[in-house]
Amino acid sequence: MKKLIALTVNGQVHEVAVEPRQTLLDALRYDLGLTGTKEGCGTGNCGSCTVIMDGKAINSCLVLAIDSEGNNITTIEGLAQDGQLHPLQQAFIDESAIQCGFCAPGMLLSAKALIDVNHHPTEIEIRQAIAGNICRCTGYDKIVRTILKQTATGKEQCHA
Amino acid sequence: MIDFQYLSARSLSEALSLLRETKHSRLLAGGTDLIVQMKDRRANPSACIDVKKIQELNRLEWDGNSLHIGAAVPLAKIIAFNEVKNRFNILYQAMSLIGSVQVRNRGTAGGNICNAAPSADSPPALLCLGARAVIAGNNSQRILPMEKFFRGPGKTVMTADELLVEIEVPTPPPHSAGCYMRHTPREEMDIAVAGVGSFLVLDETGRCTQARIAMGAMAPTPIRAIEAEAGLTGKVLNHDLLEKAAEQASLEARPISDLRASMEYRREIVKVLARRTLTNAWQAASAGGVKSK
Repeated sequence: MKKLIALTVNGQVHEVAVEPRQTLLDALRYDLGLTGTKEGCGTGNCGSCTVIMDGKAINSCLVLAIDSEGNNITTIEGLAQDGQLHPLQQAFIDESAIQCGFCAPGMLLSAKALIDVNHHPTEIEIRQAIAGNICRCTGYDKIVRTILKQTATGKEQCHA
Repeated sequence: MIDFQYLSARSLSEALSLLRETKHSRLLAGGTDLIVQMKDRRANPSACIDVKKIQELNRLEWDGNSLHIGAAVPLAKIIAFNEVKNRFNILYQAMSLIGSVQVRNRGTAGGNICNAAPSADSPPALLCLGARAVIAGNNSQRILPMEKFFRGPGKTVMTADELLVEIEVPTPPPHSAGCYMRHTPREEMDIAVAGVGSFLVLDETGRCTQARIAMGAMAPTPIRAIEAEAGLTGKVLNHDLLEKAAEQASLEARPISDLRASMEYRREIVKVLARRTLTNAWQAASAGGVKSK
């Protein structure tokens, strides 16, 4: 039986009627039309469905929508502000850290969750933070270099 | 996933009565294992009882004598707790290896043991530290040593009307140290082909007063290598003794062949991991080990 819940996504509260078995990923994509969050494996291995919940990166495919009521959720659609891409998004484009783009939303959100708490991460910290995000195009190096470059001392705007 | 009822318990007593009232229900904490099982139809509960809002299951505290880890505390929170890193380092090592950041942000300490995967990373460390499971049942509570908790792949000794409240870990004595290592084809996000935890306590003269070696993915449950441990207890340690203990641990392993590795490979790799973890634990304990109380 469907239940009406309130989901807080990118600062906006949405009322959604969900079945208990519906994942947060499905609620985002099908009920709210936020298709930037991707489904890859559906089992928590690939990280395409990564969103930020209360400041922490999580796999939205492994969370029930009904269990997400009261949490603050940020999806890739919530990164740009006033039509301006987030500096990390712009850097991914500028440095060609994106090829097919399927992993990019999850990759960016994992990176953002890291740099929100660790403003100047080391390469190892970056690699560990994105270990749960699989990319089949870039070989990771460009992604890691982009995040590293963007968070190097002097680039404070990234975690604004 | 088949349809089910979602019930959120606000207290321990409410969770226990929901467990009694609902047939074929499952307890839901982080969901990183259960939801995967439900998607695959390996688990088809009629109800999921969410235990994340229960106060007792969210305890994370070190009181000097023991570390108390509520069953629903996410792994990321445990490894970020300084006392865990400083005083229970082997547990910190093991829990840091579980899943990814995303999985550790949701997955819980309780889930990692209640799922009873023979290859799980935290049980060898918990066995090394002499941890206990605090289990609540119908008007009762029991405390079991971790050795008695597991019954087989996916099976624990808990009955259908019981739930895990917390894991209690006694503070390691001075001059002790532990080390956990696992072997996986991929460094991150993989399941152990073999996992070994070693824990040594030395006295002032450097003699080993207690040795624990625990192995994952080597039997239907996590197991200790009792004979190998006995070969170290009471001795002044050296590399030869550690090598012999590692060989003995490998003989005590009862691995199987599966898609991840053959029995023969597992038996070989567990010897290597036992030697490496024992050597690391010995060096760390000789250097002073964990801080004393």
